[in-house]
Amino acid sequence: MKVLVCVKQIPDPASPYSLEEDTHWLVRPDDQVFDDGDRYGVEMGLQIAQANEGTVALVSMGPSGNAQGIRQALAMGADKAVLVDDASLRGSDSITTARVLAAAIQNEGFDLVITGTESTDGYSGVVPQMLAELLGVPSLTYATAVETDGSSITIHRQTADGFDVVKTNLPALIAVTAGVVEPRYPTFKGIMDAKKKPVETLSASDLGVETGSHQTVTAVGDAPERTAGRKVEDDGSAYLEIVSLLEERKVI
Amino acid sequence: MSSIWVFVEEYNGAPTELGLELLSKAKTLGNATAVYLGTPSAESLATLGSHGAEAVLQVDVGGRLPGAPVAAALADRAQVDSPSLVLFGQSYTDRDVAGRMAARLGIGVLANASDVRLVRDAVETDHEIFGGTQIATSSTNDSPAIVLARPKSFPIEPSGSGDPALSTLEVPVEGASDATITESNAEEREGPQLTEATVVVAGGRGLGSEEGFDLVEALARHLGAATGATRAIVDAGWVPYAKQVGQTGKTVKPDLYIAAGISGAMQHVVGMKDSATIIAINKDPDAPIFSIADLGVVGDVKKVLPQLIEALESR
Repeated sequence: MKVLVCVKQIPDPASPYSLEEDTHWLVRPDDQVFDDGDRYGVEMGLQIAQANEGTVALVSMGPSGNAQGIRQALAMGADKAVLVDDASLRGSDSITTARVLAAAIQNEGFDLVITGTESTDGYSGVVPQMLAELLGVPSLTYATAVETDGSSITIHRQTADGFDVVKTNLPALIAVTAGVVEPRYPTFKGIMDAKKKPVETLSASDLGVETGSHQTVTAVGDAPERTAGRKVEDDGSAYLEIVSLLEERKVI
Repeated sequence: MSSIWVFVEEYNGAPTELGLELLSKAKTLGNATAVYLGTPSAESLATLGSHGAEAVLQVDVGGRLPGAPVAAALADRAQVDSPSLVLFGQSYTDRDVAGRMAARLGIGVLANASDVRLVRDAVETDHEIFGGTQIATSSTNDSPAIVLARPKSFPIEPSGSGDPALSTLEVPVEGASDATITESNAEEREGPQLTEATVVVAGGRGLGSEEGFDLVEALARHLGAATGATRAIVDAGWVPYAKQVGQTGKTVKPDLYIAAGISGAMQHVVGMKDSATIIAINKDPDAPIFSIADLGVVGDVKKVLPQLIEALESR
């Protein structure tokens, strides 16, 4: 079974994000990191491939920089990576991103595409669905559990008050939530092996995809600020402060 | 007047609150049509009408996963009816339909909008970025513009009675993009639903362990509150994704939000900063959560919460 997992390199969420002045695009440093939310998809892909005599390739779009984020993903155990990096893709919106990923995925061929639910930096949360539509396959989204026998796939799909069991035939796309599986930590051997794994770099024109964006950011300004209230040091009686605020607000 | 479509899901036989929020907004922008996923009862139809729907387009997919068939039907219909704007909420099925519909039409999606305006031939949206510290304004000339608005962005405003015209949107026969819902399960939940609760007690890393979340649940029981969580402890597997509050989770706007052991990362704050009153308990005096809290307690959540629970028990 051929499993493709979409992953993304993002600016480290631990450091503050900023926008380029003219374009309002997110500033992307050279050393981006592997989006934490993508570890679940990679782990799911590795487990499914192992159970179904398959392979796992990673597909990514964005400035490759030093590609350390892609190496971090490869270190978990994927076989190879395809990275689409092209200056003309800066400022791409969700539909252009989906078109690029779809073209790269069609190039590779697939039985199953796995994505996260949304990226940590862009979080539009619609790229998986767009991608599935462009590939002409079902999108089984918000998966909290996944099972496949190699020809069909069944997931638990998160709903407002529980979950639905959703089933379809392969080929298909699944978008997984955090916690769907426990992601493995890369081993030392995995990290060493990742350095030698093939990373193919393509441009938008290699894939014949039209670039651009259907939206422009026209202005960025400060939001109205919420002001801090009282701060108390707990000396063993701070809970009484909470009790009296609860009373004041008529919660109790 | 511009024609606006609003996607409205059904929950327990009635339109969702999110759907009514979007309709209330849409009627201020133009002529609103509710695209209703399900078969509306007479009462639901009246509710849609009183919240601004001039017409209701019902779409029923039976046991099929709605995303693909509804998107196909809406994309076809949009090319005939030419709405200026199709408004969805930033929630599960809404995103499935919006994403697939946009891909069929070859257009974009303006996601996570906190406001939407029609400006001549363009649609403009506001987006809270960087934990809600800044607001970015985006513009598109797509026709229709597809917008996903964050829940709780618009107040629900009934505007008298309405008697919307009802018609049915036919969906295509099953194809390669279809999936089947074979079973629906409701998880047992104590207390109110997270997005609708007036009081929310939420926990983060400071709880120390999965067992630490028991304190959050105990406090919530005493206050009739819903429980929420940060992305960090959802990722750690302590609580399910459904409880996640923040940028990549749910948006809540309760009367009272108690943040227990939550540092206040941007990703979390954007989902709860509009709560009327915020109480924060955290060990780190420099935690960013204190800059938005009405009452901040610098202390160990594992000591303060048990004391608080005991005090409530003895009342």
